[in-house]
Amino acid sequence: MEISNLTKNRIKEYLNKGTRFDGRELTEFRDISIETGISNKAEGSARVKIGKTEVLAGVKMSISEPYADGPEDGTMMVTVELLPLSSPNYELGPPKFKAIELGRITDRGIRHSGFIDFKKLCIEEGKKVWTIFIDIYSINDNGNLVDASAIAAVAALRDAKIPVINEETGRVKFGEWTEERLPLVMEKNPINITFSKIGNSIIIDPISEEEDSAESRVSVGLITYDKKVMISSIQNGEPTEFGIDELGKIFDKAEEMYLKLGKDVNNKIEEAIKRNNKK
Amino acid sequence: MADNIYTKRLDGRKMDELRKMSAEVGVIPNADGSATFSFGSTVAIAAVYGPKPLHPQHLQNPKKGIIRCNYDLLSFSVTERKRPGPSRRSQEISRIIEWALEPVLGLDEFPGTVIDVHLMIIQADASTRCAAINAAAIALAHAGVPMKDLVSSVSIGKLDKQLVVDVSKEEEDYHEGEGATDIAMTFMSNSDKVLALQLDGKITPEGLKEAVKLGRKATKEVHNLQVKVLKEYLEKTGGGD
Repeated sequence: MEISNLTKNRIKEYLNKGTRFDGRELTEFRDISIETGISNKAEGSARVKIGKTEVLAGVKMSISEPYADGPEDGTMMVTVELLPLSSPNYELGPPKFKAIELGRITDRGIRHSGFIDFKKLCIEEGKKVWTIFIDIYSINDNGNLVDASAIAAVAALRDAKIPVINEETGRVKFGEWTEERLPLVMEKNPINITFSKIGNSIIIDPISEEEDSAESRVSVGLITYDKKVMISSIQNGEPTEFGIDELGKIFDKAEEMYLKLGKDVNNKIEEAIKRNNKK
Repeated sequence: MADNIYTKRLDGRKMDELRKMSAEVGVIPNADGSATFSFGSTVAIAAVYGPKPLHPQHLQNPKKGIIRCNYDLLSFSVTERKRPGPSRRSQEISRIIEWALEPVLGLDEFPGTVIDVHLMIIQADASTRCAAINAAAIALAHAGVPMKDLVSSVSIGKLDKQLVVDVSKEEEDYHEGEGATDIAMTFMSNSDKVLALQLDGKITPEGLKEAVKLGRKATKEVHNLQVKVLKEYLEKTGGGD
């Protein structure tokens, strides 16, 4: 969306005073709510809302041949669709760059976190492995789809059950699931936190107007490894000149935020799965 | 002629009983109008954007506004993953929905504009197009588009020789006797006008007449729910958002 310079300037003025349009601190997330099991044909699914931003994620699985460089590794594919339903700015048609980039960032955040134990997704070495499709759809875009997508992907993965294999055909028996969950390494607890730079300020969880005013951004994927917070993926966007000190501060802030946000999101997913199991 | 063998519905419903319906208004803050509608575990979500200027300009109609529908299934809403993006099926259904909605809309008031209606199926268990149409009608009303009537849709099935209301996926796959016939029908809510009719299977002309009557009756229940949720929404918000 093209927002007016007037709005941009006003946002900057606010940020210089340390406030935002919605009254949040510069590095404060909006309320996050998580629901799982929102689509019963999926192996796993989730709805994540961050403020007014809403995304849905679903996990589907099929059996396929492994890649030559990983004969014992399961495979994964993440797609993000920016539905025209979710914003007046999105149009029908093949995925535009923003959707492709979102899918890529979410993919890397999950893949390189070690959250999925791909070795355990091998059915027959060199011949058959599980492929996990994670499809994410925007339902209402009010900024920060990138962090919402990552949370939704994790929640849907945690909700997922492995489908039954038809012994005769060697293919998935659609609509039937085992009680087995995906091989996930829970303690990794991957989270994505995106920092946006507007003027001299660095903020997180931008609403749409802030996102459109941002000169640049950097997405930091974080995990817990050996009880320490580690950065497992990074991607910056838009032409940027980040100072080394500035980046250093971002990494520190990311670690600090992860400790709280990671726990918070983890608890919310756990509660969502419990609620869903009771149904 | 053999007796009818579908004497009891697979999910225990009465022959003329709809699945539990639910609907909600105002679910997508960005949209001018939005709603969800479900028949049992079939869940549709609708967003309306517009009327707004139509680009490119050569598509504009100087006499009236146009409506564009975009119906699709989320990839994980069905048992075998559907590849994201439009399919031949979704394009056909989108157009059918457009045709079903256009007659009730006061498009003459908005020359040169377009109303976009986006419809997504979050969870599919048969009758997805009917759920989508019902959600779309609520969303259009929520958007404040002038409408001379609401639109209500339901699927009538014939399983072997038995007519049933609101076919489920399980019933859609029924193969005994004469098998399953699926008839999706859409009515103008307050008149007996049929706005869309699609049939797959086999049925006698007499049977079809009977099915249409049954559908007309069932859509009144759909209509009641549509009106109820719209009224509740109005009361809750006082008309504004």
